[in-house]
Amino acid sequence: MIKINNLQARVEDKEILKGINLEINPGEIHAIMGPNGSGKSTLSSVIAGREDYEVTGGSIDFEGEDLLDLDPEERAHKGIFLSFQYPVEIPGVSVSNFIKTAINESRKGRGEEPMEAREMLAKMREKTALLEMDKSYLSRSLNEGFSGGEKKRNEIFQMAMLEPKLAILDETDSGLDIDALRIVAGGVNKLRTADNAVMVITHYQRLLDYIKPDFVHVLYNGRIVKSGGPELAHELEEKGYDWIKAENA
Amino acid sequence: MSDEILDEITASDYKYGFTTAIESDTVPPGLNEDVIRLISEKKNEPQWMLDWRLDAYKTWLEMEEPEWPNVTYTKPDFQAVSYYSAPKQKKELGSLDEVDPELLRTFERLGISLDEQKRLSGVAMDVVVDSVSVATTFKKTLAEKGIIFCSMSEAIQEHSELVRKHLGTVVPKRDNFYAALNSAVFTDGSFCYIPKGVRCPMELSTYFRINEANTGQFERTLVIADQGSYVSYLEGCTAPSRDENQLHAAVVELVAMDDAEIKYSTVQNWYPGDADGKGGVFNFVTKRGICERNAKISWTQVETGSAVTWKYPSCILKGDNSIGEFYSVAVTNKYQQADTGTKMIHLGKNTKSTIISKGISAGKSHNSYRGLVRVGARAENARNFSQCDSLLMGDQCGAHTFPYIEAQHPTAQIEHEATTSKIGEDQIFYCNQRGIGTEEAIALIVNGYCKDVLNQLPMEFAVEAQKLLEISLEGSVG
Repeated sequence: MIKINNLQARVEDKEILKGINLEINPGEIHAIMGPNGSGKSTLSSVIAGREDYEVTGGSIDFEGEDLLDLDPEERAHKGIFLSFQYPVEIPGVSVSNFIKTAINESRKGRGEEPMEAREMLAKMREKTALLEMDKSYLSRSLNEGFSGGEKKRNEIFQMAMLEPKLAILDETDSGLDIDALRIVAGGVNKLRTADNAVMVITHYQRLLDYIKPDFVHVLYNGRIVKSGGPELAHELEEKGYDWIKAENA
Repeated sequence: MSDEILDEITASDYKYGFTTAIESDTVPPGLNEDVIRLISEKKNEPQWMLDWRLDAYKTWLEMEEPEWPNVTYTKPDFQAVSYYSAPKQKKELGSLDEVDPELLRTFERLGISLDEQKRLSGVAMDVVVDSVSVATTFKKTLAEKGIIFCSMSEAIQEHSELVRKHLGTVVPKRDNFYAALNSAVFTDGSFCYIPKGVRCPMELSTYFRINEANTGQFERTLVIADQGSYVSYLEGCTAPSRDENQLHAAVVELVAMDDAEIKYSTVQNWYPGDADGKGGVFNFVTKRGICERNAKISWTQVETGSAVTWKYPSCILKGDNSIGEFYSVAVTNKYQQADTGTKMIHLGKNTKSTIISKGISAGKSHNSYRGLVRVGARAENARNFSQCDSLLMGDQCGAHTFPYIEAQHPTAQIEHEATTSKIGEDQIFYCNQRGIGTEEAIALIVNGYCKDVLNQLPMEFAVEAQKLLEISLEGSVG
């Protein structure tokens, strides 16, 4: 589905990604772990197309297309979704209006007709129920006055509505209490199919108890320095990151 | 990143820049007593009206153009303006079918086909093109309720006493420079009277349109809501593109008698000038309403047009328990300048006022909010709440706030809140990531920012206002 080849990127003069190689196939869940400042969020931003990051080398192939040629919204139309670590507030724009606009703009981008109002409404009902959200969420201003947990839940709600092929969850577990974590992770699991894939970025094993990864990668100093199965996450949880740092000093 | 996008977005062209080839009957430029006599004569006015105009003209001659607004422009040469222009019509019009087809096409291009408006929205419209009303609809339905809704010219003929009693009572002839000029030379406008206890069953709507090169527009509107009545009045306007600046100095007077309510909504998108700041309409308008006991006046405006705007829709809260409201969205782009706001004059006891002002500045424009809240010596328990927000797009525009508060009664409660914000790259990227392009994203964010004001507009108007906001901020994003 996505093939990242020797990806290098920097912000201003600071080199952050120094040659990332990663391939994700449909149906897979990949966890990206690593200490603070290792480049995890940069990787997700570069995949989503944030302009603050300059790609200095390498390529990203998404279903046979060069992703780096596309605008962020075009990448979204192709099915890339990023659950933000810090979702922004848009005062006066309701959750339902925002998601309606997002769905219909994505459809337009793919040359499809807008979704019928009735279908949209039914889908919103279904997905709010999935994430155990009260219907009143839909009429609130996007993220305005939301608690940390509500913001994250709202991200997964949008993911559920948009049905992306590749969902990148950037520290979705941060700021969540254990109940919210269970609901959010449960939502992600229910959205899994054989055709979509998830990339989970996290510091901790905690989230991976709920969203079980097929592969775990350790990102350190701009490179993937270790890859393995779910057991690698447990090893990191036990031993911390120091041994990774020592190995790659 | 955002600078580039904003440059492109703010460079969009005015979509309504075309003129209609209608034969016009235009008085040569210049202003003197003879021109005023000519206007009055052409309109077959009674003597009192002519005397009133001449008195206003004399007052105007002694006045000076105000310089206190936070705008800079070349003052118009009042002798270069033509003060009367009417589309030539061979006879009185009985129905829309008789209207010049060219004119109807103009309305269609603006997306305000009369037929559609009539059929779909049930809105009665008094259409003003270059100062003279050419079509009035739904008159019959209104007449059954005793509601008078007609052109000012017709009102002067048919309802002379009503006009004479109220004209100039809210905005006196000598109120200000432009009001005096308007009083001397106004050519037409709308008149509306709602009888006692009548709730007007439909939104009354006027579309203004400036259509003659170098023709000043001096509209005069008078809305009278008799005791216990209610009316919602919509005013919308677009002007074709012109190189020379066009002067527009309208006066709107609202009279809300005991227990009456008037809701007055405006959508204004006159030609703002080109990308270099050349051309555009000068919009110097005096709008004011007076509230008697328990009366309420609500002004809602969405202003996206004009090169220079000077406008303060105000309320005189004369009667006890009366309420004044002002909801405003003012967008300036390119080289536009707007100095707009309101005056809430609390005279009666337990009077309340609310001011919600949302300014949006883009390009190299300047957007000023200027508002006065005055609580008089007898206005016990007067309350005001003001919220003035400014949104900046790019780093070459300006937002200014000039709030004035004068409280002469110790029980007055006045609250003022103000914020200034920028559309963040974070917000735009967030929208982009959800599949929403930058242009759409800005429209969405701006609409959200203006929601409190747009919510005050009647439904069909709110949709148009949203479109206008998008048009005035859109451009091709590469």
